[in-house]
Amino acid sequence: MRIHEYQAKALLSEFNIPIPKGGVASTPLEAGKIATELGNKVVIKAQVYSGSRGKAGGVKIANNPQQAEKLAMQLIGSRLVTHQTTSEGTPVHRVLVEEAINIKREFYLSIVVDSTSRMPVIMASEAGGIDIEEIASVSPTKIIKVHIDTATGFQDYHGRKLGYGINLDREQIRQAIHIMANLYRLFMEKDCSLVEINPLVVTYNGEFLALDAKINFDDNALYRHSDINQLFDKEQEHPLEVEAKELDISNYIKMNGDIGCMVNGAGLAMAVMDLINQVGGRPANFLDIGTVNDYKRVVNAFKIFIDDPNVKAIMVNIFGGISRGDIIARGIVEAHKQMNIHLPLVIRLAGTNANDGKHILEKSKIDFIEANDLYEAARKATAAAKGETR
Amino acid sequence: MSILIDERTRLLVQGMTGTEGTFHTQRAIEYGSKVVAGVTPGKGGMLALDVPIFNTVEGAVKETGANTSMIFIPAACAADAIIEAIDAELPLVICITEGIPVKDMLIVHEHLKDRPTRLIGPNCAGVISPGKCRAGLMAGEIHLPGKVGVVSRSGTLTYEVVTQLSNLGIGQSTCVGIGGDLLPGSTFVDILRLFQKDKGTEAVVLIGEIGGTMEQDAAKFIKEKMTKPVIAFVAGSTAPQGKRMGHAGAIVSGSSGRAQGKIAALAGSGAVIAKNIAEIGLTVKNVIT
Repeated sequence: MRIHEYQAKALLSEFNIPIPKGGVASTPLEAGKIATELGNKVVIKAQVYSGSRGKAGGVKIANNPQQAEKLAMQLIGSRLVTHQTTSEGTPVHRVLVEEAINIKREFYLSIVVDSTSRMPVIMASEAGGIDIEEIASVSPTKIIKVHIDTATGFQDYHGRKLGYGINLDREQIRQAIHIMANLYRLFMEKDCSLVEINPLVVTYNGEFLALDAKINFDDNALYRHSDINQLFDKEQEHPLEVEAKELDISNYIKMNGDIGCMVNGAGLAMAVMDLINQVGGRPANFLDIGTVNDYKRVVNAFKIFIDDPNVKAIMVNIFGGISRGDIIARGIVEAHKQMNIHLPLVIRLAGTNANDGKHILEKSKIDFIEANDLYEAARKATAAAKGETR
Repeated sequence: MSILIDERTRLLVQGMTGTEGTFHTQRAIEYGSKVVAGVTPGKGGMLALDVPIFNTVEGAVKETGANTSMIFIPAACAADAIIEAIDAELPLVICITEGIPVKDMLIVHEHLKDRPTRLIGPNCAGVISPGKCRAGLMAGEIHLPGKVGVVSRSGTLTYEVVTQLSNLGIGQSTCVGIGGDLLPGSTFVDILRLFQKDKGTEAVVLIGEIGGTMEQDAAKFIKEKMTKPVIAFVAGSTAPQGKRMGHAGAIVSGSSGRAQGKIAALAGSGAVIAKNIAEIGLTVKNVIT
């Protein structure tokens, strides 16, 4: 799960990591008020889940409160299109208003879990402010990595190694160790999957500040962090993804194509999407329906297809293991009873009770196109979405 | 021959009396697996599916000589169950449970270091050695005993591949689901090493997906150590960046973890690449005949 920058900074502050003075505003008036309190020059930052806000015009400088209010008015209520969002962009409902900082040096600092060593790894770089991927490809030696054994936790020497690695002086290392130790504590205590301060800056007064922050959380651990769970801003997600979650279909991702796909299993769902693309079609979504013990899950999946105006054909590919073909078929029949479905429908059932499922479908008189294997299913769904006759 | 499990496997099921545990234990027994014990705290002394239930793993191992555990414990308590199985010194632990927090698995891995237990999963479909033992979620009837090993991060994708193989008359020595999590107990390299040593395995099918670097590690191992042919497929070539594709481990962040890089690494190692899911069976047939 992701959260906004202002929420991430509040967490940093809670863990004694210094952040710039500022506040979050959901109206231009509030933004002007915060700017007045801060005095001097301020930075106005659009609060959206996407990165690369600066390049997209989501970060602006205001010289006085009037200008702050005016810039906030432009941003709040607009949609920000970055290279990470769809062409529709992401809605801006709030801006963060912060004191403008005179930066002396800027660094990169983050913690993730390294799957190879199976340990958390702290990464630091002198090349702050730019994307870590960019640093990694241009100058990989500029990234200093230290793995933390969960049995020992963060030790000061870890901080010294990172601090000397990014050419800090003695006094700066003392401050940096403090920040790193707290960041590690935050990472572990809150079950984060990523904490990133980029840039971490040193000001002309010699103080460290987290100028921008990104925190992601392990979805599997959210059950034990109700405080974090409630930070989620569903307006930042695609409405169909939100709807899917509310219908208890958690593994749904909106894509740009026109074939609504329902598959069981994440790996199979991905492989089916790849295959559709190979035969010239375009999936409207990724949907792993998971284990189907109840036909209502299938009905809910069809609800999402119907609510997606881009869907021109539906493809169902279920390989029954725990999920049974007869339950899937019942769900499809029920969906047709409950909704007006006029989209071409390609069905491929295999595995447990597939024949019972086919029997139910045939008896129901639902208009559908049967496919015997994956290739056939992908080809028929692609042709159907293009409006080609069978 | 086979790897990990066979007719000598004495299976213990942690969480056997739950809904999932009961269902899959029954199917394992029907397949011919020797299920010798179940563990459900508070139900020790009872019988379920004619199998004795114990309160602790240690007690179950002592009484029954169980040598493999299969875990069906809910995510919030699963790390506890794995650690209990490690401390009972079971040589093999197969954790089916999905949704275990990464931090819990960091603790499990810390505990697992230098211990004799091999962990498979979590978030996996389990292991089957066709005709000998089934310890997982897969339908036994799609499998055929034979000489091709299968290792995969995805359950249903494996069922699809196995069905293609069996329909072509190509049997399997052992099929291993290593799971879709970020921190699996066993990696592709761990399982490839076992298949390379196994006299009953003549070729291996590797089914990878986006996220992490396990496929690249596998490619290095294949190039340096494998003499048996490997047929590989990687799912997720068309997956969008930054989205978690169902599996916790299946997320492309930045350039690492993309399918294209994994496919290139595997192709460079000498593995034969199946260009899509529908052609894996035929690709294997072309390689082994």
